[in-house]
Amino acid sequence: MNRATTVRLGSGAPLVRDSAERERIDNVRPANWRNPAPAPHYDLVIVGAGTAGLVAAQAAASRGAKIALVERHLLGGTCLNTGCVPSKALLRTSRLYAEMRHADRYGACIPGDVRVDFPAVMQRVRGVRARISRSDSVRQLTAAGIALFFGQARFTRADALEVEGATLHFGKALIATGARPDTPAIPGLAQAGYLTNENAFDLTRPPRRLLVIGGGPLGCEMAQAFCRLGVQTTIVQKRPLFLPREERDAAQILSDSFARDGIEVRLNTRVLNVHVDGGAKIVDLVSDDYHSTVVVDAILTGTGRLPNTTGLDLEAAGVDADPQHGVQVDDFLRTRNRRIYAAGDVCLDHKFNDTAQASALIVVENALFGGRRRLSELTIPWCTYTDPEIAHVGLYARQARERNIPVKTFTIPLHDVDRAIADDEEVGFVKISVRERTDRILGATIVARHAGEMISEMTLAIVAGVGLRMLARVIHAYPTQAEAIRKAADAYVRTRALSYGQRRSTAWLRWLRR
Amino acid sequence: MNHGAAAADADEILLDGIQQAAFGYFRQMVNPANGLVADTTRDHWPCSIAVVGFALSAYPGGVERGWLSRDEAVELCLAALRFFRDSDQRGTPDSTGYKGFYYHFLDMQSGRRTWRSELSMIDTALLIAGALTARMYFDAETMPEAELREIADELYRRIDWRWAQNDRETIMQGWKPESGFLHYGWEGYSESILLYVLALGSPTHAPAARIYEAWSATYQWENLYGVDFLYAGPLFIHQFSHAWIDFRGIRDRFMREKRSDYFENSRRAVVVQREYAWRNPLGFAGYDKDCWGLTAGDGPTNDMPGISASGRRLLGYAARGVPFGPDDGTLAGWAALASLPFAPDVVLSTVRAMRRRYSQMHTDHGYASGFNPGLVDADGRCWVSPGHYGLDQGIVTLMIENHRSELIWRLMRKCPYVVDGLRRAGFTGGWLRSQP
Repeated sequence: MNRATTVRLGSGAPLVRDSAERERIDNVRPANWRNPAPAPHYDLVIVGAGTAGLVAAQAAASRGAKIALVERHLLGGTCLNTGCVPSKALLRTSRLYAEMRHADRYGACIPGDVRVDFPAVMQRVRGVRARISRSDSVRQLTAAGIALFFGQARFTRADALEVEGATLHFGKALIATGARPDTPAIPGLAQAGYLTNENAFDLTRPPRRLLVIGGGPLGCEMAQAFCRLGVQTTIVQKRPLFLPREERDAAQILSDSFARDGIEVRLNTRVLNVHVDGGAKIVDLVSDDYHSTVVVDAILTGTGRLPNTTGLDLEAAGVDADPQHGVQVDDFLRTRNRRIYAAGDVCLDHKFNDTAQASALIVVENALFGGRRRLSELTIPWCTYTDPEIAHVGLYARQARERNIPVKTFTIPLHDVDRAIADDEEVGFVKISVRERTDRILGATIVARHAGEMISEMTLAIVAGVGLRMLARVIHAYPTQAEAIRKAADAYVRTRALSYGQRRSTAWLRWLRR
Repeated sequence: MNHGAAAADADEILLDGIQQAAFGYFRQMVNPANGLVADTTRDHWPCSIAVVGFALSAYPGGVERGWLSRDEAVELCLAALRFFRDSDQRGTPDSTGYKGFYYHFLDMQSGRRTWRSELSMIDTALLIAGALTARMYFDAETMPEAELREIADELYRRIDWRWAQNDRETIMQGWKPESGFLHYGWEGYSESILLYVLALGSPTHAPAARIYEAWSATYQWENLYGVDFLYAGPLFIHQFSHAWIDFRGIRDRFMREKRSDYFENSRRAVVVQREYAWRNPLGFAGYDKDCWGLTAGDGPTNDMPGISASGRRLLGYAARGVPFGPDDGTLAGWAALASLPFAPDVVLSTVRAMRRRYSQMHTDHGYASGFNPGLVDADGRCWVSPGHYGLDQGIVTLMIENHRSELIWRLMRKCPYVVDGLRRAGFTGGWLRSQP
């Protein structure tokens, strides 16, 4: 049956109807869309058109597979619409405002009137989002031969699912439904109202005072962005440091950076409850036994993400899932039903765009082309896009020690890097951990203005098995901040040369004494 | 007298003067009725139990150097030890301790908890290290000294280290009657190596030996400024445990793997501090290879009258460190000095240079907790922390004593609890070989 569907934009947030938003919606869910008549059989049916779903659909279609792609909301998923894309656009403008306020550090004059034009900031965010939406638009997908269905998918049996009354039969299926914000269970929060990444980018006016709950990547990025856009910002984090799994030094540098920006940092602090009084949100906090209250106009939660598994009738397809960890998969990303795979945030601990892409490609290879690629073979870098950025790949030193791997870390503070000095971007470091007495790289952490760009060299080195000795021989353009990586490699070579020199000296002296 | 001997004499005179001034803190700030010692010389400041630990450890040196009589020292020690033995251990909000641990800050008169402070594991360890030092030194077969030894033993044995694990792999940092355990523990190399050794040496409540491995799993061995060392930013971390434990030549599994030891590591920490000060990435006044000392201590704040920091954020009392800060231009002269045993020549030349340039940071009553060469008043005088802190005077007293006579190290090398604790933590070699 071929039926028309209506567009319903789910978050309930008021949408700005400017040209950029019209373009985006036209790209990711056009109002006049009608689902096609389903084919009798698809090689691969993909549920979810976020990063993983789109990558899988395009990769499989380009290799001749017959693909159906089902999306219940917007193409592009979290990344395009409410995640990476809008947040990075917002961060860029907020950084510019910070630089204007500190222009004197660069020998420039501070502009006389650094006044934040919030509507213009958000207009730019929408513009960026609209532009990027072109590459994964409805038109692009259909032109690639992908059958696109909008609506809620429900598995009806092990090899079929239903969407808006149409049944799609599949040889293989991929669940790529992503994740949603995990809202903390705080009394009064729901009644008071709160922002998440799903609606924060729809703001048209900035709150005067903002409380950010959660010191993970999202909370940290948003707290810094809004603070630099002139919002009086407080961030509350349960743990002693932000970004708990990162290097202590990285988290400490971030705390210092927040304090310099003027963010009120509340570490070791929990939110007890929220209530509204006279339009303001009154938030009670506790740190051990110290109680305090903050009064804000908006609350933004960034306390993690939960996989989207509800409404899919996974039991009917014999797929195991739980609300916390999502769809259960093996190392080949296969579910209990051997026809059905999962990729991206719905099944992975690492809920990153790049990991979603990589996992989607594994599924295409394994599901359609007899591949045996494993998730555990991936080397996954990640980055928190605060200022400075914090990027990591591979093992942390503590993880290596827990595995009884002797580890040594070569640390180059950016204040030893010429380009960082010239850029006045000396806050940060490159730390590269190697197996002791070898040059085998176990992991690396980079804290720098553009750490996300720099970590790729370390990821490549790990994937390609390139050690520090080789990295020391790679000419790095001078002056660049990436030179810090070469300096770490040089430090390694010096320690080994020293050991060799010491051995030679000892041998020489022994010979003299014979 | 040749030049070398004259220089050595000059060093001895300098150190004797500094040590005596620092030691004077404990005579000045002790309440002889209960042996408690104030945290600082500031008005109405409470007792810090850690400072009591330093006082108990300093008295033996004072006796040896004739700064107080043995009887006076025993009396002061007994006053403190009796107080802690008889203190309210119910763990209520206004008691003194719980499970053998004590609240960090106590009222100088009543000895009860103040400032809603936490039951502090590390500060209890510093206190009990002092009690054990006194126990080892006062070895005469007299009634008072026998009682002193007995109480010190009792205080140590009643500490319930296992409870302080809160069913976790490592020891928690603190506990409050209002909210329970502080929800974070120790991570990375820190002064708590003393805490773990004392815990593992307990004949009554010792945790499993794996606690030490679990804690040291968070160590980071780094090559920084071309120096290989066990990384920790603030200088005091490289000093506090060394006030009591002679780490020369003894190694745990980690240091065996790294072919180093903690003493050598603290020497390298001096090199790193100097390299950082020489680089001076934030461009603070005064920093160079002869002027350093970033550590935990007092500093200026932006709201202090007369302070103009030109938009720079000042940190107040904070754990400053290298190379990633925090750093607001505040240095601690005492911190450089407290590294004396590790790098005597470098430290002595630094001490002289810093005293010459910033004489106001050291008075007849000892080193100020911090000074900031970049914050100067209308008369050109730099900001100096008012008064004195007991922790600073304590570490200076003990480290100079160890440098001059190794007194505290010698005493604690013979302490069976420390020896047992070190062995259970996996230390071998060096002086441990000759211990029973």
